Amino acid sequence: MRKTECLAMILAGGQGSRLGALTKKIAKPAVPFGGKYRIIDFPLSNCANSGIEKVGVLTQYRPLELHNYLASGSAWDLDKKDGGVFILPPYAREKGAEWYRGTADAIYQNLNFIDLADPDYVLILSGDHIYTMDYSWMLDAHKMNKAEATIGVIEVPWDEAPRFGIMNTDKDGRIEDFEEKPAKPKSNLASMGIYIFNKNFLKKYLEDDAKDETSSHDFGKNIIPKMLADKARLYSYAFDGYWKDVGTIESLWQANMDLLQDVPPFELNGDWKIFSSNPSMPPHFVGPDAKIKNSMVSEGSMVLGEVENSVIFPGVRIGKGAKVTNSVVMPSTVIRENAVVDYAIIAQNCEIAEGAKVAGEKGAITVVAEGETVESEAGSKQAG
Amino acid sequence: MKTVMGIINLQEDNSLIRDLTARRAVESIPFAGRYRLIDFTLSSMVNSGISCVGVMLPDKPRSVLDHLRSGKDWDLARRHDGLFYLPAPQQEDMNRKGDLKNFYHNLDFFEHSSQRYVLLTSGSFVYNVDFSQLLRFHQNTNADITMVYNTATEEAHGKNVVIETAENGLVTDIAEKPAVYDGTQVSTNVYLMEKRIFVEMIRYTYEHGGQDFLIDGIIRRAAEYNIYGFEHDGYVAHVDSTAAYYKANMDILQPEVWEELFMGQHPIYTKVKDEVPVQYKETADVKNSLIANGCIVRGEVENSILFRGVNVAEGVKIKNSIIMQKCDIQEGSLIENVICDKNVIITKEKWLKGAANYPLIVTKNVVI
Repeated sequence: MRKTECLAMILAGGQGSRLGALTKKIAKPAVPFGGKYRIIDFPLSNCANSGIEKVGVLTQYRPLELHNYLASGSAWDLDKKDGGVFILPPYAREKGAEWYRGTADAIYQNLNFIDLADPDYVLILSGDHIYTMDYSWMLDAHKMNKAEATIGVIEVPWDEAPRFGIMNTDKDGRIEDFEEKPAKPKSNLASMGIYIFNKNFLKKYLEDDAKDETSSHDFGKNIIPKMLADKARLYSYAFDGYWKDVGTIESLWQANMDLLQDVPPFELNGDWKIFSSNPSMPPHFVGPDAKIKNSMVSEGSMVLGEVENSVIFPGVRIGKGAKVTNSVVMPSTVIRENAVVDYAIIAQNCEIAEGAKVAGEKGAITVVAEGETVESEAGSKQAG
Repeated sequence: MKTVMGIINLQEDNSLIRDLTARRAVESIPFAGRYRLIDFTLSSMVNSGISCVGVMLPDKPRSVLDHLRSGKDWDLARRHDGLFYLPAPQQEDMNRKGDLKNFYHNLDFFEHSSQRYVLLTSGSFVYNVDFSQLLRFHQNTNADITMVYNTATEEAHGKNVVIETAENGLVTDIAEKPAVYDGTQVSTNVYLMEKRIFVEMIRYTYEHGGQDFLIDGIIRRAAEYNIYGFEHDGYVAHVDSTAAYYKANMDILQPEVWEELFMGQHPIYTKVKDEVPVQYKETADVKNSLIANGCIVRGEVENSILFRGVNVAEGVKIKNSIIMQKCDIQEGSLIENVICDKNVIITKEKWLKGAANYPLIVTKNVVI
């Protein structure tokens, strides 16, 4: 492999258990988002747009659909002769096989791959955030600060700060200390789970950490605190755009709804394109009696009923008289005549029978898992 | 189908569709919201299992080349075979007209290819055909040439190749006629034959003064060949005039046609653009229309087709119209029976109206 300046590693192995029914069959990064995308499209497109040409994707939990989706990486223009997307599941060695035991262990187990790519810097990303960010600016800041590690941070509301890993920095952005979910936060700068490390610096800490049997092999819990304890040069890089953790049903639903604002929170149609694997489907068809308001609708769908405040993925059928409001309907789901869907996330390939009702409420979104059928009357799903 | 080489002949006469072909070939006119006409023939070939396709380039080849590029979007960027471009001869034989000349000058390409059969098509038809059934029919009938036809269901005027067949499918007459009626068997300009027959036909006909493949190669020499007709009973439209283009687009608004062409087992492929899903805003009101990704809709749209990336501002009314890629229709404009070519800007409060049978055409990049 040719030498590369900055290698990206996307941690995409998590189960995303807080997404419940949505991740029964697929890994969290493969969960559909925003009417045509999957969550992993965001870090991958950010890499492609930031000029990062080599991306390792670490997979573990239910990887088949994710592997199939990533394929050669051509959807993100990452099918390069000497670069592109590398899918990195755990693999067996002479002494047997081991699962990835934590975020740091996942990278540690792929040190061979990192050595092959021989980068100066390693960019670590997670596959469960929605945001658009130019990593090349963060890399510039990293170099300017002569940092050994740079952590992407974002200001969160003070009352939410106790849910995050919080950085306390000096006036130059150098990180003085780091608290995981502090009860009384000293700052409101939360870690975005985006790290740039000098390669050799990272390698040393990962090797030490692997030997430590008491470690849980996690960047936030073990690696970063250890680096800080050693007074290493850790800097923060402040990001002030839209950034959303979509690790829960409510936050996934909210992030989808955010796209429906009259001016969406980030430019969807601008120069910073979000790439995805496009289905070969025609423009969607809107029937003679359809009503669509304040919604996003994608290719291959047929809307004969009403859609309001909702996000409709490719290949969805919405029958006559059906009403879909405040909901997210994932690919190839069929909502039959006169069915009612409100405050719900309906996963792929579901069927909501004629006249059936799927109704959640704000703060208690109902989820229909992939491939399920909801019959009318008795089978109707209610919130709670 | 590995034994079949597909050829798409991009030589459609553009005399009745000039406004949309000033800078492009008929076959690369945008169609149905995100496609170009050539996508239908090319996708049918690929879905039928053909992996070697030669494209006979038209006089204005840039838009075709820009659209097809390596053939990757049709899975035709292959190590072996895949997509080939067959340019028209530039210098030689300028006094000779017709498409036979182009075939003749590319004969060595056909002769050196490994396939046994040649499937000759034109790129100006809208259909989704399984050509593997055609090959089976061709082999069973022992035909020299098999033509694919469609049976007309209504009267239509315009130049068409009409055939008559006996009960077993044997073609008894081929002629170019000015009108078709309910029940007329109309050729789709698709011919399947063994390569040796094709090569002999091109060489002999051209060297004996022939100019046009259909007239001189097929019609004049019909008696020499055992020709059969294979019926495709699905949707077919031949886009050879502005009226035919408008009608075929409006046909896609019938859900049955939309389903048949696009949503079956055999998708229609096209050049991929990464557009976001359509954004319907609070004031949007869309009925009976086809809306492609990348559009932002705030106004009213009825019986219309919006291509990728069209902006429909508040207070706009669009009816019975075709609005191509990246058009910007600004506040308060009224548009009826109009075809807007790519990148047209209709500024605020403009009224544009064509007739129901004669749409008004706004050409590419115009600002009104």
